[in-house]
Amino acid sequence: MFHRLLLAAGLAVALASPARAASPDEIAALRAEFESKFQSLQADYEARLKALESRVQTAEIKADNAQQDAAANAGPPPVSSSAFNPDISLILQGAYIDRAGGERPISGFLPADEHAHGERGFTLDHTEVVISANVDPYSRALVNLALADDEVEVEEAWFQTLRLGHGLTVKGGRFRSGIGYQNERHPHAWDFADNSLMYSALFGEALKQDGLQLRWLAPTELFLELGAEVAKGQFFPGSDGGADKNGAGAWAAFAHVGGDVGVAHSWRAGLSYLRASPREREGFLDDINDFEALTAFSGRSSAWLADFVWKWAPDGNPRQRNFIFAAEYFDRDEDGDLLCRDDSAAGGACLGLTDRYASAQSGGYAQAIYQFMPRWRTGLRYDRLDGGSVDFGTNGAFFEAVDFDPSRWSLMTDYSPSEFSRFRLQFARDKSFEGDPDNQVILQYILSIGAHGAHKF
Amino acid sequence: MKSLFVFVLTAFFLAAPAANAALNVLTCEPEWAALTQELAGDLAQVSSATTALQDPHRIQARPSLLAKARRADLLICTGAELEMGWLPLLQREAGNARIQPGQPGYFEAARFARIIERPTALDRAQGDVHASGNPHLHLDPRNIARVADGLTKRLADLDPVNGARYAQRNTDFQSRWTAAMARWEQQGARLRGAPVVVHHRNLSYLADWLGLQVIGELEPRPGMEPTAGHLAELLETLKATPARMVLRTAYESPKASEWLASRATIPALELPYTVGGSPGAKDLFGLFDDTLSRLQQSAP
Repeated sequence: MFHRLLLAAGLAVALASPARAASPDEIAALRAEFESKFQSLQADYEARLKALESRVQTAEIKADNAQQDAAANAGPPPVSSSAFNPDISLILQGAYIDRAGGERPISGFLPADEHAHGERGFTLDHTEVVISANVDPYSRALVNLALADDEVEVEEAWFQTLRLGHGLTVKGGRFRSGIGYQNERHPHAWDFADNSLMYSALFGEALKQDGLQLRWLAPTELFLELGAEVAKGQFFPGSDGGADKNGAGAWAAFAHVGGDVGVAHSWRAGLSYLRASPREREGFLDDINDFEALTAFSGRSSAWLADFVWKWAPDGNPRQRNFIFAAEYFDRDEDGDLLCRDDSAAGGACLGLTDRYASAQSGGYAQAIYQFMPRWRTGLRYDRLDGGSVDFGTNGAFFEAVDFDPSRWSLMTDYSPSEFSRFRLQFARDKSFEGDPDNQVILQYILSIGAHGAHKF
Repeated sequence: MKSLFVFVLTAFFLAAPAANAALNVLTCEPEWAALTQELAGDLAQVSSATTALQDPHRIQARPSLLAKARRADLLICTGAELEMGWLPLLQREAGNARIQPGQPGYFEAARFARIIERPTALDRAQGDVHASGNPHLHLDPRNIARVADGLTKRLADLDPVNGARYAQRNTDFQSRWTAAMARWEQQGARLRGAPVVVHHRNLSYLADWLGLQVIGELEPRPGMEPTAGHLAELLETLKATPARMVLRTAYESPKASEWLASRATIPALELPYTVGGSPGAKDLFGLFDDTLSRLQQSAP
């Protein structure tokens, strides 16, 4: 009871104490303090509000600008995932060809193609399909298919690294070798309607490699590029037999240097080496009975190639006029055994002997192309091969020694209505087949549709 | 083989990298080299892949350009497909990871500019049309200002140590540029609405900025050489709606514009197009000073 009373009293005292302390002066002071605080708070808020307003305003202006910019920049909206489709281009090339018929191999050279039967009359030649795109940030891939009747040939199918840096690029898959100058160029980019004799003799069309290529570009003022390739080696001058093994059936190395002379001239020179090890590489040769004998070569084939290209355009602007000179030279040695299959029953001279075969042959071409006005170019090319020395061993009894240097002059004029189309007329005096020179006329078209990539220098 | 090795080594040492500048910059066109010079001064060693006398559409990835691209820290191009025929090759073959698309070392001016003339339909029958719009964007000086801001940021990203200096140089450039633009716009005011014939659509931005009215093009379709038939047609059009002048750039052949101008008895005028296109166009300011003064002289 007492406790309760005490508590109540205590509470009363406690509750009463503020009232006791609040004198009128103190209240006034408190009010003043409160008011000053409130005012400063108000001012603070007003300032903040103003700042906010101005920020909103500038943001609005910015947004406005951005909208205008966006409106100006707005591309077609991405409609579907098809935007990720690779670049596809189709190259149509056909011709009307007037030339001698029948088999006309390059005399004195083991043929790079099994048959050297050139088409004539109207021909579709082959149609190229090129598909390419970046795989991811690290690499790019390209496929080049050559379509012809009843066949699709994989001309190229490779990936190329994009981000190795340090001047390094690796290419892998099937690619056109980096040796020589013309080798990497597809037929639609050739300056003449047909291949040079040098490339026909060396590779058929061009050297393809199934393997790996490493290129290194030096960090120098002068353009200096070194490259090396290891490959399966099933394509001529290799063979399927030589490629059937672990490791590499062919390897190649090349070096390119180049630069500008003033603003109007630019050049590139190169030196390349190719080594292949064909086994039972088949090829037809005319024997002393004029019978087409089937031979098989096993051994090693090595070739040096030197190339040089020089381009000129007034002020470096090729649009009106420009001039291109290109020349290449090769020296090839083949050493091994040659089998000439027994065809005596069918009228051939061979008796199925295998003996040493050694050849040292060379050749080259030089060409000049002049664009004398927009759309129009004309060009002259001289091909010459040196039959060199060919040692058939005992098989020499079945073949006539050939002392002949195949050569050809070609003259062309082409007209390009746009960058995507070209029409060409070409005359050639062909002396590549011994004893039967031929005058040839080719009327050719090259059309490119779809995305079309840049051509190399 | 031995001699080749010696040759390679000699070439390597003879061609030692030249300068110790902070950034090695390669630009696709001279205008971006000039802009980089304004923003970076001595902080960058700048060279341009093309000159004002070369058509930027049709350049080849020459060996010398590959060698330059190999060493570049920053590659500055217009983009918008202008360099489509050679730039991808330059980027792929140079073995330089820094300048690949998407990397900070590759700068596309078109991303920062206002782009006009976006095609509504794409068909090669229309000539060499650019899917992402007209790429000759530098002849609108407002675009130069926009690109300068973007480029300043990029330079600072690549060379953070000197970031403040790039920003300061840009501020300085922008104030000089704004003043110059006001002057040019005043000079060009009299040209507003003037009907003109152009060689190619590479003057569209200039026309858009100054309010010139393009009533004809010498090229029958963008990128295709002028033909006699098309020029004759154009001459007929000019009889009905006369133009004040025929404009072309330094890299285009004067033949077609002079043919038309002499028959329509109006002046044919060559504009520098970019830095280096005329003796007066020594830098970006000179480019527009010279362009405006040439336009004024021909259209008094």
